[in-house]
Amino acid sequence: MGEILKVHGLTRHFGGLAAVMDLSFGVQSGEILSLIGPNGAGKTTVFNLITGTLLPTQGEVVFQDHKITGLRPYETTSLGIARTFQTTSLFYDETVLDNLIVSYHCRTRMGLWDALFQTGRSREDERRCCQKAEEILKFIGLSERASEFARNIPQESQKRLALGVALVTEPKLLLLDEPTGGLTEEENIGMMGLIQKVRTRGITVLLIEHKMKIVMNISDRIIVLNYGQKIAEGSPQEVGGNSAVIEAYLGVGYGKN
Amino acid sequence: MNRIAGKWIILAILVIAVIIPLVVTNKYYMNILIMSGIWSIVALSLNLILGYTGQVNLAHGAFFGIGAYASALLMLKLKLGFWLALPFAAAIAGFFGFLIGLPALRTRGSYFAIGTLCFNIIVTLIVDRWEGLTEGARGLMGIPGPGPIPLPWGGEISFKTMAAQYYLVLCFLLLTIFVLRRIIQSLVGRTFRAIRGNEELAEAVGISAMKTKLLSFTISCFFAGVGGVLYASYIGFLSPELTDYHVSFDALIYVMIGGVGTIVGPIIGTLLIVTIPEMLHIAAEFRLLLYGLILIVMIIYLPRGIVGWIKGLKGKRRQEVVWEKS
Repeated sequence: MGEILKVHGLTRHFGGLAAVMDLSFGVQSGEILSLIGPNGAGKTTVFNLITGTLLPTQGEVVFQDHKITGLRPYETTSLGIARTFQTTSLFYDETVLDNLIVSYHCRTRMGLWDALFQTGRSREDERRCCQKAEEILKFIGLSERASEFARNIPQESQKRLALGVALVTEPKLLLLDEPTGGLTEEENIGMMGLIQKVRTRGITVLLIEHKMKIVMNISDRIIVLNYGQKIAEGSPQEVGGNSAVIEAYLGVGYGKN
Repeated sequence: MNRIAGKWIILAILVIAVIIPLVVTNKYYMNILIMSGIWSIVALSLNLILGYTGQVNLAHGAFFGIGAYASALLMLKLKLGFWLALPFAAAIAGFFGFLIGLPALRTRGSYFAIGTLCFNIIVTLIVDRWEGLTEGARGLMGIPGPGPIPLPWGGEISFKTMAAQYYLVLCFLLLTIFVLRRIIQSLVGRTFRAIRGNEELAEAVGISAMKTKLLSFTISCFFAGVGGVLYASYIGFLSPELTDYHVSFDALIYVMIGGVGTIVGPIIGTLLIVTIPEMLHIAAEFRLLLYGLILIVMIIYLPRGIVGWIKGLKGKRRQEVVWEKS
């Protein structure tokens, strides 16, 4: 399978603060890799550095053997990296279906002339957009709400839609930033099922998550960050027993028992 | 309202628009209608960048002025005919939009508004001071109107009468609506709305914010230029005030009052604001006062304009129906 994403010596400073420090890791193709750590450990910054929202101070990001450091977010998306945001981000004034249709734009080729003269290509692209949107709509289980405005649907549906918006771009690697934030116990299980279903489509998942139950359940591997540095890496069992991890979460003293 | 009823209403409005010159022979009223048509084109074009792409452009008067002056200079100095000057001048306005967009669209929100406002002031200053080219404050006079179009079976369509001028403007208004509608309803238009709705997410799903905004801005300025050309050849005289930021704010008010981000909104807004003060014979100084008042009231009570308000009413009714069903 090999590594789909490699990160070498990634460092990002905000003024005097090092949010991410000399971080290196690889993501195996097809796995679910979780990125965990206390608040402020730099998890979301890592996402921003991979997608190009932020430029690294040092280090590089390699995706499928291409160096992508310095590319803009819309370029990394075209290459096949999609993401969701920590605070659910949608096109709130559009319907659920329209959210998905416009997000497929990066896989279409029509331009202004095609729009003006309604060429064959424009009709073909618009048909493909609708087809893809319908497919993803079914996949995330929101077909019933297709024509409702994204603003008006419940929070759990919004979270699903955010995931759908990322999926519609046909990613090879999907970065999920707390997909279960604010959800109930019951809804967590549904979301977990959805993430596992994503993996069966052959999409690699890099996940930021706080809820340990979920992390331990669905991750193939876990990377633990603290103060921008990797303090542990391994299978859920290995990480769960790691004293440095327990110290980071619970404080010095607990890890020794 | 179902689709068929909507189509009949549009058809009825079109028929009325076509027969108006046969009924109204008063030159004063015809003049108001022609001006409304020209300003509608300007308001519609502003709405593309403002309403559909979410960027508050306060330099629309400058692009209108650039189109007007470019066409006037092409016709007066290079002796081009109207029909050749029109596309060239509109393209020049679009090109300036592209150039200004490159730096200005990197900024967001109020910074973009301030940036474009500054550009507008610069343009007015240049037009005012570069007397060798623009005649400065004396203005450009004797701008020719559109030349007659010869018909294949002999005879020609001339544009000497008010009615002919009216039909000319009406044709360009319809063309503008047609083109903008095509764009807005296409996938390209969807990317514009995506930028308006959530620029960060738009980039995250692979839409280049810069390219998209630049495209919208350039098209918007192109049609502002078309409006400028029609104005120049209709009035026959241009002065630097026509590139002024007042023009930008006028266009902004037409769009705001009619309905931001709708197709009919800017036309309704223009018709109301151009015709009502004329009908009431309100002096120019009081007009500004009236604008101010209307704008404050609109922003507080009808932030989405008249058309947005009507759409909201319909939406509410639909929601109530759904409520009753469930």
